[in-house]
Amino acid sequence: MSIDVAIVGIGMHEFGRHEGVSGMDQGVTAVRRACADAGVGWEDMQFAFGGSMAAGAADTMVSLLGLTGLQFINVMNGCATGGSALFSAYNTIRSGVFDLGIAVGFDKHERGAFRVNTKGSGLGDWYGASGLALTTQFFGMKINRYMHEYGITNNTLAKVSAKAFRNGSLNDMAWRRKPLSEEEIANSPMLSYPLTQYMFCNPGEGGVALILCRADKAHLYTDKPVYLRAAAVRSRRFGSFEVLAPSIAIEHNAGPTVDASKAAFEMAGIGPEDVDLAQLQDTEAGAEVMHMAENGFCEHGEQEWMIQAGETEIGGKFPVNTDGGCLANGEPIGASGLRQVYENVLQLRGDAGPRQVPNDPKVAYTHVYGAPGISGVTILSR
Amino acid sequence: MGEFMAQVPVTEGVFTWPSDEPHLLGSRCVSCGNHMFPRQSGCPKCTGEKTETVELGRRGTLWTWTVQGFPPKAPPYAGDDNPKTFKAFGVGYVELPGQIKVEARLTEADPEKLKIGMEMEMVIIPLAKDEDGNEIVTFAFAPVA
Repeated sequence: MSIDVAIVGIGMHEFGRHEGVSGMDQGVTAVRRACADAGVGWEDMQFAFGGSMAAGAADTMVSLLGLTGLQFINVMNGCATGGSALFSAYNTIRSGVFDLGIAVGFDKHERGAFRVNTKGSGLGDWYGASGLALTTQFFGMKINRYMHEYGITNNTLAKVSAKAFRNGSLNDMAWRRKPLSEEEIANSPMLSYPLTQYMFCNPGEGGVALILCRADKAHLYTDKPVYLRAAAVRSRRFGSFEVLAPSIAIEHNAGPTVDASKAAFEMAGIGPEDVDLAQLQDTEAGAEVMHMAENGFCEHGEQEWMIQAGETEIGGKFPVNTDGGCLANGEPIGASGLRQVYENVLQLRGDAGPRQVPNDPKVAYTHVYGAPGISGVTILSR
Repeated sequence: MGEFMAQVPVTEGVFTWPSDEPHLLGSRCVSCGNHMFPRQSGCPKCTGEKTETVELGRRGTLWTWTVQGFPPKAPPYAGDDNPKTFKAFGVGYVELPGQIKVEARLTEADPEKLKIGMEMEMVIIPLAKDEDGNEIVTFAFAPVA
């Protein structure tokens, strides 16, 4: 019988652009805030998993936090870096090796679309040289095909973005806090058809830290423990359609999101119908739409009427991306997946303030997706 | 004058060039027949370790597409357009029947003229000029008139 795991402390450094503040410093701030939230000190941490994509090796932060000699393992797993740090921390406690530890992620990216290192991604130089190798192109092509197959409309994409910025305006940790109308979103410059500027999230900056412990000791640190019921990470199988792929197979296979979602639900022993709210990877508006179905929350195509009917709003039947998601927060890769969990902990504690999901939510879900075809899912409950 | 410049491929081994009928070069798994692009030594479908080089078909249908609406960052982009001269270009996956879907630039960038399922053919397009005045070329797909 494995040990249950609770999240007893959460800390975040504001997402956005922070001149003169390194990515690492933002991670350190997140760690200190998480420790304060749990009422513990850095010296109490028995282990850490941490990562960033562009802001340095996480384990060097011990020189700022304190050289306590703890086990610190760096994690670098693309867009699932934060999810992978959390997966590792979760299983470290479940296995009984340690009782109390931390998962931390932070980042600081240059402005504009991600610059892809083709060699580091196992791709030939010709691929980027020719004007391919942009993650934004994949997002445009995946949703364009999906709209063709399942009848999703352009207005639904604009509605997803409008919701994100509206939710972001209720979140003082978010980067983009100004609501935008569907017209402003639809009429902004077309970056990668059918996706406009305000339908894309931006690479950004920020940090998040989560303190985990054995569930039977959670009462020592908090009177509102949130339990991590599942954490799963999956890579792609043959036939799936993924970002940064010079080719795809003729035969079709569901992607890693479907696999990670199924694995997480099996681990938690519940189904999609039991989930009260979700944070789903929304690098752009189309991704949120497609990920609703890939994670099992609806059939393909049903998103059209669900979103038009307002079901994914904070007060709707199934709230999605209540903190504004990547669209309003930006995507500091190392921190992004942990931000989703941070938001779900707030929601399950009932501490989400003006954006609190009503009626005492009990189960919350997170999902990240990234290159070269990887997905991470968590399920939390009170 | 442009016609007399030497044309050099952006890389060797990805497409046949010079050629009147250029082809993309892929791999075929000796065990299961799966096609791959670009060429590689192992098969992601059956885990087979032996593949052979094949010329992929030149014609197919457009499976999905987008339009690159802003200048890609350089590097890795090697086109000699700049933010002022940049023109949007199409990008899509073309399904080569019985083989594979390949990602490529498209010669058409007008969303009104791009349709999923339309017939496409491989062509070679200029990308940039190198230091010696040669024209660097890459592959693309064009709608079949």
